[in-house]
Amino acid sequence: MARLFIRSLTSAPLLHLYGLMMLCGLVVLSGCSLQSSPLLYPKGPVASTERELMLFAIAIMLTVLIPVWGLTLWCCRRYRKGGKGEYRPDWCSSTLVECGVWGGPLIIILLIGYLVVVYTFRLDPYKPLTVHSTDTTPFPVQAVALDWKWLFIYPELGIATVNELVFPQSRPLALEITSDTVMTSFMIPALGGQIYAMAGMTTHLNLIADQPGTFTGRNTQFSGTGFPQMYFSAKALPDKAFEDWLGTVRNASSMLNSAHYHQLARPNKSYAPVEYFSSVDTDLFNHILARYSAPSTALANGAL
Amino acid sequence: MTLLGRLSLEALPFYSWVAMGGAVVTLLAVLLPVLFLSYKRLWPWLWREWLTSVDHKKIGVMYIVLALAMLVRGFIDAIMMRAQQAIALNNEGYLPPEHFEQIFTSHGTIMIFFMAMPFLTGLINIIVPLQIGARDVAFPFLNSVSLWLTAAGAGLVATSLVIGRFSTAGWTGYPPYSGIQYSPGVGVDYWIWALMVSGVGSTLTGINFIVTILRCRAPGMTLMKMPLFVWTTLCTSLLIAFAFPALTVVAAMLGLDRTLGMHFFTNELGGNMMNFANLLWIWGHPEVYILILPAFGIYSEVTATFARKPLFGYRSLVYATAVIALLSFTVWLHHFFTMGSSASVNAVFGIATMVIAVPTGVKIFDWLFTLFRGQITFHPALLFTIGFIVTFVIGGMTGVLLAIPPVDYQMHNTTFLVAHFHNMLIPGALFGYLAGMQYWFPKAFGFTLNQRWGKWIFWLWTIGFYLAFMPLYLVGLLGMPRRLEQYTTPEWQPYLIVAFIGACFVLAGLCAIFIQLWVSVREREQNRDTTGDPWDGRTLEWYTSSPPAPYNFASIPKGDERDAFWQMKQTRMAYRFTQPSSIILPANTGMGVLLGVSGGILGFAMVWHIWWLALLALISIIALVVVRSSREERVSIYQPELIQSLEKPWQTSLAQAGLIGDGDPI
Repeated sequence: MARLFIRSLTSAPLLHLYGLMMLCGLVVLSGCSLQSSPLLYPKGPVASTERELMLFAIAIMLTVLIPVWGLTLWCCRRYRKGGKGEYRPDWCSSTLVECGVWGGPLIIILLIGYLVVVYTFRLDPYKPLTVHSTDTTPFPVQAVALDWKWLFIYPELGIATVNELVFPQSRPLALEITSDTVMTSFMIPALGGQIYAMAGMTTHLNLIADQPGTFTGRNTQFSGTGFPQMYFSAKALPDKAFEDWLGTVRNASSMLNSAHYHQLARPNKSYAPVEYFSSVDTDLFNHILARYSAPSTALANGAL
Repeated sequence: MTLLGRLSLEALPFYSWVAMGGAVVTLLAVLLPVLFLSYKRLWPWLWREWLTSVDHKKIGVMYIVLALAMLVRGFIDAIMMRAQQAIALNNEGYLPPEHFEQIFTSHGTIMIFFMAMPFLTGLINIIVPLQIGARDVAFPFLNSVSLWLTAAGAGLVATSLVIGRFSTAGWTGYPPYSGIQYSPGVGVDYWIWALMVSGVGSTLTGINFIVTILRCRAPGMTLMKMPLFVWTTLCTSLLIAFAFPALTVVAAMLGLDRTLGMHFFTNELGGNMMNFANLLWIWGHPEVYILILPAFGIYSEVTATFARKPLFGYRSLVYATAVIALLSFTVWLHHFFTMGSSASVNAVFGIATMVIAVPTGVKIFDWLFTLFRGQITFHPALLFTIGFIVTFVIGGMTGVLLAIPPVDYQMHNTTFLVAHFHNMLIPGALFGYLAGMQYWFPKAFGFTLNQRWGKWIFWLWTIGFYLAFMPLYLVGLLGMPRRLEQYTTPEWQPYLIVAFIGACFVLAGLCAIFIQLWVSVREREQNRDTTGDPWDGRTLEWYTSSPPAPYNFASIPKGDERDAFWQMKQTRMAYRFTQPSSIILPANTGMGVLLGVSGGILGFAMVWHIWWLALLALISIIALVVVRSSREERVSIYQPELIQSLEKPWQTSLAQAGLIGDGDPI
């Protein structure tokens, strides 16, 4: 029911109305249309729902903001010295007004609070996703934040890539994320929200692309000199194109073993070019994690 | 070399023109006043009358001088960042990454710790004792110590521009980036010690004002009769006393990681950076309300005075303030919804955050209903208040958006977030402080500020704010992360250029503040506040001369009613003076300055690992405290004759203004 309500409130014509209200004439910045906004024009159901939720919350809150603006202007005009309003030097309480003043914001917050509960669970980044309620299994990818690039390991395929995340569009993307450097944050705005990457820990993110396409992903958490260069392209490919791409990777000459990994993990200041590895140590992700786990394990895994 | 620890000639900023420029400007900013004071032979006067003063009014003025100096320093950082981002599409811009990183770190650190905190502490110092009809704060000497520790912290940040470098880890200093492995230089240590030294000062201020407000009120002034600014100060002081220890602890732990090789927050050996995020924001979120509640108090006073009406819903405003203070400790996790907490945890903290919007909304409406049926004059202080109401609600809306965890997943770490918290802190807090400055300046100095320039300040800051931060909201929607030194997305650039233009407007507004001061000082004779009550005020601070005598009130007024002074004026009970009796005040002391200097040296020595100097500074601090505590308190005594002669000019002016009738005793 609530969902239906939101749907109707986020229908196309209304969306444009909200957009108009929000921009408040600031789109005088012509030539820089918000069309390129991955948040307002998302490419996946997670990001779409996040946008619906945002626009709906804005609409609810405008029901308070607009009266506040109106009341402010009206009071300033009417009750200015010499204005039309009657000066009542002792008027300072009214039970009715007080009820409204506490009740109004309370109702709005109850409403949005309800949305918070429903949507925080619905959009939990850890929750596995399904496509079109079929039984398609998620496509697993392990992402590792390095200084200053992203390494993607495809455990199902035994390959790895740098700064390019490619997945079959027909399957949901199930990411396991860690960092082999400082704390960073992994995000593909067109598909959904972000999650931190931290050394010795794994975080999860589940995303779906509605349509084939190339989207920008990046680290959004400042992580040092090369931070501006820590972006990558995420490609959702149709099955056929994905197979072709897979062939290219399998034909790549480099293999990602422990020695090569150490070389890769060294900081690069300019943008790290896309690299393909035709094979990879199956346990690499766990080895990277283990470097930072409890002291005893770390010593045992001293090799990496 | 070990004698000087890590300090060597390499610490001097000869490595780039930007660093040299910063160092030269800093040195000039220190040297020029020093030369001027020496040339005019003003040092003895400055030392006697100001630096060693324990008078809350003078301490307050010194806090605000510090705040304005740091506002300039922090703003230079801001406009440099805006200039960099306006041009850095597909190129390095004019700032190398290292500089850009130092600048965004020092901008945040300075604006929060050394601009906003001193500004609000200064206003509180000048006004709260007067509003509650007290002679001074509860612990005047402690007050002086707080000031000089804060100044020492600011001095450490300023020193980092000339000797060594500042942190590049952002004002929040998240590890492991801020750990020794990834930030081996002295920058993060400067940040840690500046925070710890000034943090002690802030904590002492908090304690001081809790005691002052609870113990030193005028007879008859029960809690529910206190002016609202006193209420917000009380809540802020409680927040300071409870929240700052968390900051001190977390900074000390990071310092232990860095200096003694411990592993609280490192990647390895069981360290956990998530603990840092939690501890930092357990201080950090209350800090937002520490900054903003006093501003809420100022807006309340200004609205009531310039609408010439009592505050609407006084009780609601008090309860709303208290609820905000309480809830501010329950929401810290919303700063890292994206750290991977479960949906239940995120939902709980999201809702807790939104609940704060309720009392805040109540306050907005109460101010509006104070204007309603009033008789409004548009003094610059009220303009700031109206500008605040209109703009702050936008920040409130984006704040609620960010409190919805799934929306935050998209907005976190983007410029949308940057725009949001600037929307809270500029119209929310800074406009309040500026309003307070316009409103209370005559009380501190005895003449009013030029209102025409006051209006310029308001318009330039407001237009500048909208131009600078509305584009950042939008470019955040385009997915631009914060703290980006350069970028490759052409769609972002137009927004960033507009933001830079906005910063230029703010620059003009900043200049207008100083022009206003200059013009007002020049025209001070025409704008004397002879009655001590230039705005037909409502609260007790207007019931004494401007500036007040050191003892504030020749005889302590009664605070039987809300808006006590207004009620006195209504019932013609004001300005009925009785024969004063002698007043004892604490004498000035240089101990506060010495403690501040020792604290600063301790910090500097710890930053550079000059252990002998650190030990010396520590011994000096302990010795000073021991000497001060064991010595008999020195006082100055004001005899009744002296008081009468000090009060004479004010009473004469009152008589001239016809405020003291023939029948009233003088």
